[in-house]
Amino acid sequence: MDVVASLTMIQAINQALDLALATDERVMVLGEDVGPNGGVFRATEGLYEKYGGQRVVDTPLAESAIVGSAVGLALGGMRPVAEIQFLGFIFEAMDQMSTQASRLRFRSQGRHHVPLVVRAPYGGGVRTPEIHSDSLEALFSHLPGLKVVTPSTPYDAKGMLLASIRDPDPVLFLEPMRLYRAGRQEVPEAWYEVPLGEARVVRTGDDVTLIAYGPMVPVAEAAADSLASAGISAEVVDVRTLSPLDLETLTQSVTKTGRAVIVHEAQRTGGLGAEIAASLQERAFLSLEAPITRVTGYDTPFPMPALEDWWLPDVERVKAAAEFVLHY
Amino acid sequence: MADNGLTPELMLDMYYHMALSRAMDDRMWILNRQGRAPVVYTSNGHEAAQVGSAFALNRGEDWICPYYRDLALVLAYGMTPREVMLHVLGRADDPNSGGRQMPAHWGHAKLHILTGGSVVATQDVHATGLALASKILKDGRVAVAYFGEGSTSQGEFHEALNFAAVHKLPVIFFNENNGYAISVPSRKQMAVQDVAARAQGYGMPGVIVDGNDPVKVYEVVKEAADRARRGDGPTLIEAKTYRFVPHSSDDDDRAYRTREEVQEAKKRDPLILFEARLKEAGILTDEKLKEMQQQIKDVVNDATDYAEKAPLPDPATLWDHVYGSL
Ligand SMILES: Cc1ncc(C[n+]2csc(CCOP(=O)(O)OP(=O)(O)O)c2C)c(N)n1
Ligand SMILES: [Mg+2]
Repeated sequence: MDVVASLTMIQAINQALDLALATDERVMVLGEDVGPNGGVFRATEGLYEKYGGQRVVDTPLAESAIVGSAVGLALGGMRPVAEIQFLGFIFEAMDQMSTQASRLRFRSQGRHHVPLVVRAPYGGGVRTPEIHSDSLEALFSHLPGLKVVTPSTPYDAKGMLLASIRDPDPVLFLEPMRLYRAGRQEVPEAWYEVPLGEARVVRTGDDVTLIAYGPMVPVAEAAADSLASAGISAEVVDVRTLSPLDLETLTQSVTKTGRAVIVHEAQRTGGLGAEIAASLQERAFLSLEAPITRVTGYDTPFPMPALEDWWLPDVERVKAAAEFVLHY
Repeated sequence: MADNGLTPELMLDMYYHMALSRAMDDRMWILNRQGRAPVVYTSNGHEAAQVGSAFALNRGEDWICPYYRDLALVLAYGMTPREVMLHVLGRADDPNSGGRQMPAHWGHAKLHILTGGSVVATQDVHATGLALASKILKDGRVAVAYFGEGSTSQGEFHEALNFAAVHKLPVIFFNENNGYAISVPSRKQMAVQDVAARAQGYGMPGVIVDGNDPVKVYEVVKEAADRARRGDGPTLIEAKTYRFVPHSSDDDDRAYRTREEVQEAKKRDPLILFEARLKEAGILTDEKLKEMQQQIKDVVNDATDYAEKAPLPDPATLWDHVYGSL
């Protein structure tokens, strides 16, 4: 019988790390404040006490060194799980992410590979402004060789993190900060994996597809609820793996409904929504009843707390976009 | 203290700014706990290092590149309590950014206080560049970067020192070493005992100073500033101090340091030490102190009320200042 517990996303992540450390002695955790402090969001709580300072390492305050040495660790036979305290600080490690971790396999004709996971909290909604709330997924989705994933539920968080740790390639694992403690879900205690590269149909519907990921999935779901009471049947798809995209699932859904609204927190220009929309019109052009529409953050830096709620896509904006494509 | 230039009036003024900063700091925490300020970073414990250094500079004219810890510094440098509160509460009239910038990311263009961008140590290289500009323009300005010891693990710190030393730039690297980077103790940050030891590797003097003594800090910064203005190049200064409260309002320091350790450090509270010293020297009387405390209370209340009544930024202004021209 499966043992399950009702966990928040942050607890599910903690449990996945614990399980990986217990199961595979090559796994290690490194980052800032991940040791005795248990991480600024408590993702690594209790791990230092359980596995010691050799496997749960408080690094010097230097992101380039964290990711760069994790690349070295991975090349040297370890399975490092590095934490970047807030995704915005990954700019300090941009070179290691984009020209090193992601390209070593290609450059060495597959002789080397980098089984590395970089975890990072991201996104807004928690009043921690600017760099601390950045959504940078599009920058990283532009890099061949790097996988970019983001869960929206505790169950997926654990299963996708374990899959990422087992994955042979570098994975950027983006954790929506505002969902860390937003709700609980039944999560099996044992090891299970949610495969990377597969989107999830959250709910089925016929009239319009709402495509979202990470922190915007609950927003899309709430919008679908609200549309349902107006007699509109919305399908919600959680993209989950942002690179490489599961275009098959997305195309299937949009072929069925003929209409799509893409929702993400990140700024609009050059965002992942543009990539998804372009791919869908290539694949489902003859099924489309309306232009594919985006609901996104605006093209400014992430704003001050006073304007945050206004800046972030919300249920009303998603509904308005759905109505636009329905009445086009 | 014979010829360091510090008159009794200046010393009283130093004390005033240290005490003002502590009172502002306390108020900010209360505002946070009441849900009125989104996040609070503190200078609590660092006041002597910050105020002492400010007084040694050409305040308002030399460039300073502070970090989130530097409330006492910016108050001593000329920011008013009202301006500070407008910034902390993210109001439209925040002189730094109209409420755009993260709280405690101090800035004031008129006073040559350069606002920073959260990513630690990035201000170190800015100070180097500002100093290079001053050298070229011969404007007589010194640039000072302020930073924690944890941030000295970043590449930018090393890159800034190296560049500045090679070009003999008029810059001071002022480290506030409180022994922790959030939870991480400095022994996990570096294998050397002192940040100042790193100066040698770049070819500049490294000076250690008691960061709880504003007069000593004043003296070493003054010397470094003179050196910089003479064209003799940069100095790395390490002020040893302690932070008495958590890293920020989101931190719980009980997870990584004992209450005993904090209590022990508080025996060297710079505010109390300086107060005793000024009294002993006959510069500060009980009466004068009481008067000052009342004044500070009024100023802090006024700043809080003023900022709380001030309007928040208008959403329509969000696109202002993304670009200079389109
Ligand atoms: C590049 C980067 N990584 C991580 C952080 C998160 N962070 C903010 S302050 C801090 C600790 C800094 O410690 P220290 O430099 O010693 O300064 P102190 O706060 O002790 O004054 C960390 C890790 C950051 N701001 N920038
Ligand atoms: Mg420190």
